[in-house]
Amino acid sequence: MTRFWRWFWVLALGVPAAAFVVWGLADNAKLFLSTALNGLTLAALYFLVASGFTLVFGLMRNVNLAHGSLYLLGAYVGYVVGEWTGSWLLAVAAGFASAALFGLVLQVAVFRFMHGEDLRQTLVTIGLSIMMADVLLWKFGGEIYQFDPPRAIFGRTALPIVEVYPTYRLVLLAMSAAIGVLLWWFLNRTRVGMMIRAGVDDRGMLAAAGVNVQFVFAVTFAIGAGLAGFAGVMGGTALSIAPGEDTRYQLASLVVVIVGGMGSVVGAAIGAILIGVAEQFGLAYAPTYSVVFTFVIMALVLAFRPQGILGRRA
Amino acid sequence: MSAADWRKAMNAGAGRYAWTAARPAPRPSPRPSPLGEVAATGWAAWVWGRVRARHVLALLAVLVYPWVATPFFTYQIGAQALALGLIALSLTFLAGYGGMVSLAQMTVAGIAGYMYAIFATSGTDISLRWPWGLAVVLALVIATICGTLIGWFSVRTEGIYTIMITLAIGVAFYYLAQQNYSLFNGFQGFQSVMTPAVGGVELRAPLPFYYLALFWALAGYFVVAYLLRAPFGVALQGIRDNPRRMSALGFNVTAHRVAAYSVAGLIAAVGGVLMVWYNGLVSPGSVGTSWLINILIIAVLGGMRHPIGPFIGAVVFVLLQNFAVDLVGRERFNLLIGGVFLVIVLFSSDGLLGWWAQGRQYMKTQFNRGPGAALTQRRRQ
Repeated sequence: MTRFWRWFWVLALGVPAAAFVVWGLADNAKLFLSTALNGLTLAALYFLVASGFTLVFGLMRNVNLAHGSLYLLGAYVGYVVGEWTGSWLLAVAAGFASAALFGLVLQVAVFRFMHGEDLRQTLVTIGLSIMMADVLLWKFGGEIYQFDPPRAIFGRTALPIVEVYPTYRLVLLAMSAAIGVLLWWFLNRTRVGMMIRAGVDDRGMLAAAGVNVQFVFAVTFAIGAGLAGFAGVMGGTALSIAPGEDTRYQLASLVVVIVGGMGSVVGAAIGAILIGVAEQFGLAYAPTYSVVFTFVIMALVLAFRPQGILGRRA
Repeated sequence: MSAADWRKAMNAGAGRYAWTAARPAPRPSPRPSPLGEVAATGWAAWVWGRVRARHVLALLAVLVYPWVATPFFTYQIGAQALALGLIALSLTFLAGYGGMVSLAQMTVAGIAGYMYAIFATSGTDISLRWPWGLAVVLALVIATICGTLIGWFSVRTEGIYTIMITLAIGVAFYYLAQQNYSLFNGFQGFQSVMTPAVGGVELRAPLPFYYLALFWALAGYFVVAYLLRAPFGVALQGIRDNPRRMSALGFNVTAHRVAAYSVAGLIAAVGGVLMVWYNGLVSPGSVGTSWLINILIIAVLGGMRHPIGPFIGAVVFVLLQNFAVDLVGRERFNLLIGGVFLVIVLFSSDGLLGWWAQGRQYMKTQFNRGPGAALTQRRRQ
């Protein structure tokens, strides 16, 4: 991109955005800031779901359309464990572990045998997501469930201008950032992470270098699925869990990953922030058309950068 | 991922799962014409050379069907399967012959339904109560334009990216229809949409509606069958198999793909108008995720290598939908259809048609072991 075009884009997108920020702050600073915080909280959730999705896609070219179902599975299992033991932390761990285990089984028992057949893998995940949604509806009914987090993180925190904000959502924000850093550390500083990155770049070379690719695939799928289950419990605590949430988060992670760029964890973070913030501002300032904002962002990115903001045309 | 990687990935899976793989072009099957030299020229001979007993039987069966079936079977099963099959046919055309799996075909059909409900008469004040003929034309035109736009938008991507983008577009429209009250009437949508009466015949009655749906289904089938042999269709299949080579040969790949979306959009729009007449209503539920996926299920269930596939898939789907109560109870329909879909995807290369082809192959090797067997097989493939 030439310098002219970079400035063009900064001005074309930045000036209206800055104008909106100034207007929003002047008009109703409290509403504006709490909307921004809500947007970031939502973005934190989206990032947790989408990072696993993008990791799996980047390495295995497997569009896991059952990713939203893994979110719901983790949430429900976490809920059952939480009710049973009375511990929220155990619920979080159970959410992660159950989804990770399910993902591991899927990879080892099903997807391993369809390597390279992208379309067929996608169709299988669609079939799985339909069945999982129905089984979960069968077992847990249509009721809405909510978690009880420990009292320490449940109350409200006083903040300037916004006045009070639920502590849990701030915790969620911090947790999501921590997960992001952890993921970065795992991918950039550990041996398995190195293998995963190498696999994203060139699967064939990685196998030829003597790495057990199936092992790397299984680890990645388990981590990706586990993150979805983890997000399920976190999201279930911040909002609620109900049938239909799987589709919602499936779509969110699709859009986030399309915007951010396939296979890039940092891209997923950027996409999640863009989409989460746009969705919340849309809901607060133009409720009838809030979904249009998400769509416009996706359309703009696709029109001018089809590979996503941080995607590469490898 | 680059286009080169895509082709590699696609070709790697080609042998086992061949929607997008190269297939030999159908060859004309020379047969001595019983009509002699006179009719051996022109399209009559061509038709005579192609029509087999099973085609005539199938046509007779669908024509006679409503006279032997109960109104329930005529309307709920027959007509619904034909209308759904028509929408799925548009996906088969795109996916099987264009290599572009679009999940937004139900969205295009839904747009046609919504537009009809907006322009024609319904129980909602938003409806403009224009003559139904005008409303149908407007609905088809607008839906086709939307289908083309969706195509123009998604041809920037390839393979599974297309699935994702079209799914996102479809769900975005669903949320838009649900949230917008000024045009789409929000959650309720349009209830009691008027079905026209032509010459005193109420089109919504089982028998007229069945024949109406049959007419458009046959029209869609023959249009697709014709297009596949026309230069446009052949070029499209070439693009499916190797876009880079077609581009080098001077074909405009993007234009062909977008044109395929237009054709598919028109077919889906006709199906959408039929569906709104069939249901008498259109609501966000009719374009929700489950219906986007259902169209894919129908197309994959039937098989994507022949335009008859989606209709077979639609019949199976509608039968399962109506009789799931007896098998697993009404509540567990999704489990059943998901399971059937999974079995088909896991164990067949091309839906029910794939099993049919395998079965025929098997029968041939069993009963036709003579010296000419191998030759017959090759010719009949």
